[in-house]
Amino acid sequence: MTGERALLKAMPWLVTIGLFVLWEAVCIVTGIEPFILPRPTLVFETSVQFAPQILHHSLQTLYTTTAGFVLGVVGGALLGIAIGASKFVYNGLYPVLVGFNSIPKVALVPVLVIWFGIGTVPAIITAFVISFFPIVVNVATGLATIEPELRDVLRSLGASKLEILTKIGLPRAMPYLFASLKIAITLAFVGSVIAETVASNEGIGYLMLSASSSYNVPLVFAGLVVVAIMGVLMYAVAALFERRMTGWAFRGSDLMT
Amino acid sequence: MMQGPAFVKINGVSLVYRMAEEQTLAVEDLSLDIREGEFVAVVGPSGCGKSTLMKLVTGLLNPTAGSITIGGKPVKGPVQGVGMAFQNSTLLPWRSTLDNVMLPLEIVEPHKRRLRSERKAYVDQAMALLSTVGLTEFAEKAPWQLSGGMQQRANLCRAIIHNPRLLMLDEPFAALDAFTREELWAVMQALWMEKRFTAILITHDLREAVYLADRVFVMSKRPGRVILTREVDIPRPRTLDTTFEPYFGSIVHELREHIHSVRVS
Repeated sequence: MTGERALLKAMPWLVTIGLFVLWEAVCIVTGIEPFILPRPTLVFETSVQFAPQILHHSLQTLYTTTAGFVLGVVGGALLGIAIGASKFVYNGLYPVLVGFNSIPKVALVPVLVIWFGIGTVPAIITAFVISFFPIVVNVATGLATIEPELRDVLRSLGASKLEILTKIGLPRAMPYLFASLKIAITLAFVGSVIAETVASNEGIGYLMLSASSSYNVPLVFAGLVVVAIMGVLMYAVAALFERRMTGWAFRGSDLMT
Repeated sequence: MMQGPAFVKINGVSLVYRMAEEQTLAVEDLSLDIREGEFVAVVGPSGCGKSTLMKLVTGLLNPTAGSITIGGKPVKGPVQGVGMAFQNSTLLPWRSTLDNVMLPLEIVEPHKRRLRSERKAYVDQAMALLSTVGLTEFAEKAPWQLSGGMQQRANLCRAIIHNPRLLMLDEPFAALDAFTREELWAVMQALWMEKRFTAILITHDLREAVYLADRVFVMSKRPGRVILTREVDIPRPRTLDTTFEPYFGSIVHELREHIHSVRVS
């Protein structure tokens, strides 16, 4: 049993390393040019070589992503509560939100550049608008799916709408909120990197764009790997928060750690 | 057992549900009088508007015609401070069993005002209630760590912790296995004999109705109307042995006959 558990814990690492080994093997066997698909070892070498630049740009990306994500969480949770708690807000805003969410966010970036200039602000805003929609939908769903019997119990005790919201609605919406955070954080990276690629002179997106324009393909891949690593780390942080805050929703199961 | 004026008075109540173009008459010209401290049961075939009756009495639904008064006051909008228990125990999974039981104290006055300063006394009160239903050791456990029967015990505690004058029970034992259900009848009876609240039990289990109630109302199928009122003059406390006595059996049988005649007509 302990062997099985250890293997279970090791699985993410084994699969990741396996993928890199496969990638390396394919490159060596096919002899593909490094400026089309560089070997992982070359990508790693390049990462070490450009470590200071990568660190600088990834910190910038981490900053814009986190800032946009935090805004998305606050705005998304508030809007989700409003939509979930009021049929009027729901009917009025939901179609607008769906329409807004259908707009490709990359198309927004030029508009943001006109308003705010290139740099940090468009990246934060893009991360914000792309990450907040799943949060709104999830929080609203959590509130809207309160068991009618439970609502009846509270109403017949004389609970106000606000009391029903704070005693049942919000705690009940928490697992939905935290589940959406895991989606939202990865989307926030998509948003910030897109914005940096289109309109910035800082951040991983910018680094990859400038690297590709000088045919430094290994550096482009290094940027991709760094974004992926940051995404996984932030996802893990969100998942950890989820476990801490809403352990009751998992009923003590070992899944999802 | 039958003295005193009516506490809950249902007078010629009808309710029409409107679903788009369709209109459904859920209950029609329903009249019931329930005395203070009385335990009544409402039985009937499924879909006879038993649960509708419950929502009408608690003011969660407004009648299309007729009137309902509780303690002399007409019911308009949700009645405050009523205890309620459903088939689904609806305990909050993020709260411990004790905190679930104490939920009404955070909402109903005057407890809400006093809860903070007299928390210790209220916790003791909740613990005492939990111990009467045999859940002392489970107070700090999460509801989902409890068995179905234990959850329903905790649910009953939550329904009466604030000493409501009226307790509404909508098939609270229906989802339990037969043995647990019979155990909970005794628990319910003990709680009622101690606190003497007015209780309305909705059920389709005739033995349950006869075991627990002072009077049993049999409702017709939709639109629901009371077609029989049967007094259960069996002394309390009733036990499981009581249910095997011929007199108990004959009352159950009598009710069964009426339900049968409703179903085939």
